[in-house]
Amino acid sequence: MADEPKPSQEPESTPPEPKGASPASPPKNDATPAAPPAAKPVAAAPKFPLPVQMPLDNDLVRRYREHFGAAILDALEDRKQPYLVIDSARLSDIARYSRDEEKFDLLEDFTAVDWPRREKRFDLIAILYSFPHNTRLRLKIPVAANEQPGTLSELWPTANWLEREIFDLFGIEFAGHPGLKRILLPDGWQGHPLRKDYDILQQDTAWVRENLGIDSGQ
Amino acid sequence: MQQDASQKDTLLGADELVLNMGPQHPSTHGVLRVKLKLDGERVRGTECVIGYLHRGVEKIAENRTYQQFAPYVDRMDYVAAVSNGLGYCEAVEKLLSVEAPLRARVIRTILTELQRIASHLLWLGTHALDIGALTPLFYCMREREEILKIFEKYCGARLTTHAFRIGGLQYEAYDGFEKDVERFCKDFERRIQEYVTLLTGNSIWIGRTRNVGVLNAADCIALGASGPILRAAGVKWDLRKAQPYAAYDRYQFEIPVGTNGDTYDRYMVRMEEMRQSRLICLQAIENIPEGPIMGKVGKVLKPPPGEIYHSIEAPKGILGYYIVSDGTIQPYRVRIRPPSFINLQALDKMIRGHLVADVVAVIGTLDIVLGEVDR
Repeated sequence: MADEPKPSQEPESTPPEPKGASPASPPKNDATPAAPPAAKPVAAAPKFPLPVQMPLDNDLVRRYREHFGAAILDALEDRKQPYLVIDSARLSDIARYSRDEEKFDLLEDFTAVDWPRREKRFDLIAILYSFPHNTRLRLKIPVAANEQPGTLSELWPTANWLEREIFDLFGIEFAGHPGLKRILLPDGWQGHPLRKDYDILQQDTAWVRENLGIDSGQ
Repeated sequence: MQQDASQKDTLLGADELVLNMGPQHPSTHGVLRVKLKLDGERVRGTECVIGYLHRGVEKIAENRTYQQFAPYVDRMDYVAAVSNGLGYCEAVEKLLSVEAPLRARVIRTILTELQRIASHLLWLGTHALDIGALTPLFYCMREREEILKIFEKYCGARLTTHAFRIGGLQYEAYDGFEKDVERFCKDFERRIQEYVTLLTGNSIWIGRTRNVGVLNAADCIALGASGPILRAAGVKWDLRKAQPYAAYDRYQFEIPVGTNGDTYDRYMVRMEEMRQSRLICLQAIENIPEGPIMGKVGKVLKPPPGEIYHSIEAPKGILGYYIVSDGTIQPYRVRIRPPSFINLQALDKMIRGHLVADVVAVIGTLDIVLGEVDR
């Protein structure tokens, strides 16, 4: 279903498919574009009187821009929560700077979001927390399906399992990870369930038949 | 640290042995399998095998409406369902840019703190049982039952309560709610003292827990371990104070901390947390503000496109929800940051060099719930 990528630069304007599997699924209205959180946010969402995403330009963002220039692709604020969109090539530099210089010492969470119609299919989301400043910052890292972003597990050991989970459920491989293998699903499983083109009822029937001796796990 | 080790550990030395613990071992509190690499009685390395309880909660979320998904979060940490529900409801409220009315937030706070006590009681009873003290389990279950009765009277369910709704509460506090909470809290002070008598000064208990499974503050932060584990290492940090949510900014309470970051300190921290939760409940029932219990949210929830991250101090640590909306009635993505999953990763660091018998002590002190680890 999702194998019909449009050449457009703002592809999430039509919400991606497989929600159709649910009976409660609403008719999608293609006329009102959903705001792509990563791309151009301010102009979007005419339905809502106040734009919820605003460009952000404070001291913190300026320092990041000074250090990394064009690698900071965008700086935004969504419902008062700041996030930076950054170039995946500079991920480990920016992460190291965040931890050591800006004192974002806790990697609170690391996850991904799938946007199958976009040119760079995935967003990696790193949620950083600073104990000294009691603030959070999100890093959003667009990565292509065949790209291998660098691991964060050298900076934060907690990223070890989190990256394994992302690999397991999204199929993103991390370069330099010490033991990248599935963590929640069985090792021999085919497919990555949190991708949008993996249907809710889909499963690796061959694996289920072979290992559980039944036709379907449903 | 531990990553490079986990690779080398697959190569066995001449004196080494691999022992499989679980997935049906009673002290793993669920279906956790730990592969232990042993040198005699010493643990030289571990590998956790998880996922036996994986139900794809995050995938389910993408195929349900915001309200339909709310009961599912109760099935993650099923011994602290109220806390899960609080985090989810508040996250969606933030996404909608609405706030629950004050009365609803105060009742939420009371129920969540009771849930924290219930969760800690279950932890205490089973943890003591694992180490060999049989008695506390019966006492703990007796007090936990009182809390579950309050939940049952409030919303009809004891474990997977679905107590809160997005925007506030569905049910008013029942007649005599304050009285029940007060009676429990008044009584509970004496009950904690009973556990203290049984355990705190007990030399077997001290012998089994002191200097076992030490995790210092720097390691806690590097490994993302939060909640009582972080506080036992001496970090005076609690999300209820750092970034207050619900109605916590209205009440006085202390953040207990330890010094050594060992199993005994974590025990002391959790015991003190129960006392503090009791104090919060007592303050809250004194004055539950009048007013509506449901905020202005529509029947059909369509949050503006965008994303939100909201986290709360669950009994086991930081419980976070990262929700992406595409403007439809179903979330585009829900990510749950489970404290148990991330805390469990610290097991390897904590157990190296200790004895096999300490493995059950350390798994117990991590206070994991496999429903939340695997989701």
